[in-house]
Amino acid sequence: MAAHGDKARALCGGTDLIIQMRAGVRRPEYVVDLKNIAALRQISFSMQHGLRLGAAVPAIEIHENADMRRYYPGLTEAAHLIGSLQIQSRASVGGNLCNGSPAADTIPALIAVAAKARVIGPQGERLVPVEEFCTAPGRTVLQPDEILIEFQIPTPAPHSSDAYQRFIPRNEMDIAVVGVGAAITLDPADDRCVAARIALGAVGPTPIFAREAAAALVGKRLDEASIDNAARAATAASSPIDDMRGTAEFRRHVVGVLTRRVVKLAAERARVAQSR
Amino acid sequence: MSKKVVVETTINGEATEFLCEPRQSLLEVLRDELELTGSKEGCLTGDCGACTVIINGRPTCSCLVLGVEAQGKKIDTIEGLARPEGLHVLQRKFLEHAALQCGICTPGFLMSAKALLDRNPSPTEAEIRYALAGNLCRCTGYDKIVRAVIDAANTLSGARAA
Amino acid sequence: MAAATDERNFKVIGTRPIRHDGVDKVTGRARYGADYAFPDMLHGKMLRSPYAHARIKSIKVDKALALPGVKAVVTSADFPELPDKMEAAGEAPVNLAHLSENLMARDKVLYDGHAIAAVAATSPHIAEEAVKLIEVEYEVLPPAMTVEDAMKPGAPIINPKLRNKEEGDKPTNVAAHIQFKRGAVEAGFKEADFIVEREFRTAMVHQGYLEPHNAVAIYNADGKSTIYTSTQGSFAVRALASAVAGVPETSLKVVPAEIGGGFGGKLTIYLDPIALVLSKKTGHPVKMVMSRADVLRATGPTSGSTIRCKMGCTRDGKLTAAEIWMAYEAGAYPGSPVGAGAMTIIAPYNIPNMIIDAYDVVVNRPKTAAYRAPGATNAAMASETIIDELAEKCGIDPIEFRLKNAVKEGDPQTAGPPYKRIGFIETLEAIKNSPHYKSKLEGPNRGRGVASGFWFNVGMNSSAVVNLNADATASLVIGSVDVGGTRAAQAMVAAEVLGIKAEDVRPSVADTDTIGYTDMTGGSRTAVTTGAAVFMAAEDAVRQLKERAAKRWEVKPEEVAYQDGVLSCGDKRMTIKEMAAQFARTGGPISGRASINLRSVGPSFATVCVDVEVDTDTGKVKILRATCAQDVGKALHPSYVEGQMQGGTAQGIGWALNEEYVYDDRGNLRNFGLLDYRMPTCLDLPQIETIIVEVPAPGHPIGSRGVGEVNIVPPPAAVANAIARATGVRMTELPMSPPRLLKALLKKRGSADTQVAAAGR
Repeated sequence: MAAHGDKARALCGGTDLIIQMRAGVRRPEYVVDLKNIAALRQISFSMQHGLRLGAAVPAIEIHENADMRRYYPGLTEAAHLIGSLQIQSRASVGGNLCNGSPAADTIPALIAVAAKARVIGPQGERLVPVEEFCTAPGRTVLQPDEILIEFQIPTPAPHSSDAYQRFIPRNEMDIAVVGVGAAITLDPADDRCVAARIALGAVGPTPIFAREAAAALVGKRLDEASIDNAARAATAASSPIDDMRGTAEFRRHVVGVLTRRVVKLAAERARVAQSR
Repeated sequence: MSKKVVVETTINGEATEFLCEPRQSLLEVLRDELELTGSKEGCLTGDCGACTVIINGRPTCSCLVLGVEAQGKKIDTIEGLARPEGLHVLQRKFLEHAALQCGICTPGFLMSAKALLDRNPSPTEAEIRYALAGNLCRCTGYDKIVRAVIDAANTLSGARAA
Repeated sequence: MAAATDERNFKVIGTRPIRHDGVDKVTGRARYGADYAFPDMLHGKMLRSPYAHARIKSIKVDKALALPGVKAVVTSADFPELPDKMEAAGEAPVNLAHLSENLMARDKVLYDGHAIAAVAATSPHIAEEAVKLIEVEYEVLPPAMTVEDAMKPGAPIINPKLRNKEEGDKPTNVAAHIQFKRGAVEAGFKEADFIVEREFRTAMVHQGYLEPHNAVAIYNADGKSTIYTSTQGSFAVRALASAVAGVPETSLKVVPAEIGGGFGGKLTIYLDPIALVLSKKTGHPVKMVMSRADVLRATGPTSGSTIRCKMGCTRDGKLTAAEIWMAYEAGAYPGSPVGAGAMTIIAPYNIPNMIIDAYDVVVNRPKTAAYRAPGATNAAMASETIIDELAEKCGIDPIEFRLKNAVKEGDPQTAGPPYKRIGFIETLEAIKNSPHYKSKLEGPNRGRGVASGFWFNVGMNSSAVVNLNADATASLVIGSVDVGGTRAAQAMVAAEVLGIKAEDVRPSVADTDTIGYTDMTGGSRTAVTTGAAVFMAAEDAVRQLKERAAKRWEVKPEEVAYQDGVLSCGDKRMTIKEMAAQFARTGGPISGRASINLRSVGPSFATVCVDVEVDTDTGKVKILRATCAQDVGKALHPSYVEGQMQGGTAQGIGWALNEEYVYDDRGNLRNFGLLDYRMPTCLDLPQIETIIVEVPAPGHPIGSRGVGEVNIVPPPAAVANAIARATGVRMTELPMSPPRLLKALLKKRGSADTQVAAAGR
């Protein structure tokens, strides 16, 4: 990658890159297959150190991993929504992020769980919060000579959980028209929200970290009023466009709908999550 | 265009070596170089599943795999599904249930269904529909395909129980 | 389940044998067009227009030709100019100039994706690179994308030569105006207690066959050529491809490959003459296969449409009048199915007073092609939702309302003679008595909708040959390609007549040099007409068997009986096996033949019931349950008949909810892939229940009616009616996608006046 700079492009699952090359959208002279590097293929979780998720782990292996399902159900369901099983056999969360699509399912889910992307290049390595990774449609902070190695994600706090939902016209095989990820931590004593992170997909040029939406929940009980406020803040944070997948008007409405649903789902999960 | 590469792989249990250009997809290699035309091209974007093969036990769209990536892999295609002693139970059930009309999507459905039953021998209807959602069929409305896979799973588990 | 009983005692017809081509198709051995390859074969790729409407000022091909591996480039200059008038070519009159220009643009490109030039090279990748090296200079023109745009005064004129009878010598985009009239419409509406009038829009949709178009052409040095292609009609390909390529029709042999779906979209040609001319120019076999994007951009989808429909009925539910205005997008060249739309829109009902005005309008979109009951689904979306609304206003069950007005034998068709025996009422009764319709549907935002549909059958020409083997099995040769069980159904017909097992008949689909002329697999005609030809060819073989036996027994052939494989006369008996074994000693091989032209065949009706649940926060519709009842005359192979009903219902549901062509304001297609052209997956559909209704078609040896098409007609209206009953919102636009439905739901919620969507808009 360092030798060929922007003439090269990293290949993991190829479920975006091969299509883009065929359509002439990306025309790399060199394609570097990264998925046989062991470090990119690992999932390791411990209560002390949290999760290290290799950038090239195929989505299907994430879903099959018991720790992932238990501690990061929202991120896991996001990975499980990427296309068909045929696609999930190849597509990776790292690829999903580096492709830089504002509609990528795993990015709002990664932002919700405060994931950091570990990137290395000739200049050394750095950790980039996922909410800072995408800069424009199809563009990221990754330099041509850098590669994404893994995600580092903190251990969920006690009484917390995450959720991700998207809206698509069919029941599978579509790109998100709107996606919302949320992570919620509750105080078991009074069921108040002590921490929250909410992120939105497909409603702006990059995935959106909706801090105001989360702020509407923190310190509050998760009742209709506070969740409505969060939904309104999420809608306000979105800047969708009209395209063949949905109108801006539709997307703004659905951001609110999904924010309500996802916050409730994450909170339900947080209530039953074992104190850890 | 760059030079052709030698790739060593295993296809339907046979050690296979082929030459391919780095830009050729596995689907192209199977169909044009190895004359295994049972895997079909429907879209080249991973949206129809007609090119589904099983790579190291996972169903995969061969149109989204480069031929060179097959190095060292174990690949199963529709041509390897039947045995000399007879059709695979899925193939039999597809015929008995009239689960195909034009037949162009059938190899892909059979490979997706095989990958499912290999991992999950007694799937629910919902699990079957989820596992087959990456395969489009425009003729049947899917009903008879789903019935055929349910029947095949029942037949397999009946055979195991006996 | 058979709703009507058949007194005839068929032994093979109506059973469910394994299809004869089944093993080939589950093992990957069946050869579809793209599976053919020949030594020294070249690969052809097409340059297509990036503009919806533009004049071609120049085309430069030298850079493409200079690329190593490129063997030839062709443009419209390599094809003869053909007459701009309707001419008989193959099965129906065709404007050959339009056909030729659609395959290779001459002066202008008329839609995004219009073919401009083709390259043949030693690999598909080289051909693709070469296509990018062709330089075209365009003068971009404004496009007219919808019937409204194209009919406006001052609209861009798409085809400068186009005229219609009413506008005289004025250039126009209106290719035809068709009118049907009956009774006194104004008076009819005066009798009505309830009138509903609405305007409907339906989007252009594609057949969505999974197999892209393909052709392999081999032009030989002796001037003879062969095309291998996946087509619904090999003789049509022969006629049309030879005309466009400029070779004598019978110098061309067309070999029908297996076909990966057609639904009407593979009745015409796209690649065949291009590959043929490239082969002639290079001396190599040339293979062309479309990409999915090419299929969506440049092959014929079916028309989008605008329909204004007004209908009235009395308080007790008798329809009194209908007034309908309908305009269909033809695409870049005339020929939308608006005529069929007009003839089907109120065909199921007795309406004493009606007027229908139908317009065929060219727009800067791909030339439309047939799609399963072409024109009827758009039309039924309008009429069948208005019928539902009238029934609701009368407080009458929607099936009872239809029964009050349903056509039966002797009632007039929209155009033409009265109906013979038909089974519309039987399909309504079948749904009414179905477990589905009798079940309770409970829960919020759920609704049940019913709709019906009508479609013609065509007869046309078919040939068949039945050869008896010495072991009393038979080979069957037909010219109808097998899109979904034709071989099995036809082998069953032959087996029925011969008194042998279906498995003992080996059917083949032959090329144009091997079988007598046979029209396309389309128009719901194959089971009907080819079935009749096979029936008669098998009868011809039986006649020969009887003659042999008569000679041997020294009796008259009329005295010999034949039943269940046994020849008999008095106490003399001989099995077909014994007779077949001796053919060489009794007068030579036995071979039955029939070539027929069938004129009158029975039309078909279907009624569909759908339950939906609407997510009122997002506008997303879930199909909970669907049942299709269809009059099929007589089901040859019930499993494949059910498959047709399920498949048509599924396509209709896709059309109802999510499928549509999305163009941007410059006329470029945005969703040219299967990710965003959203056909239903198996997670989007429930189990689709079927009720086979059998009202034998009069005048047919078996009683068959076409089964392939009418099932797509009712579902969009049935879904719309279900949504209306679930939410109170009447949808008038297809598809009823989440953004559209949500908008309508929010409008209703926001408006205190819930009648905002009611009549008289």
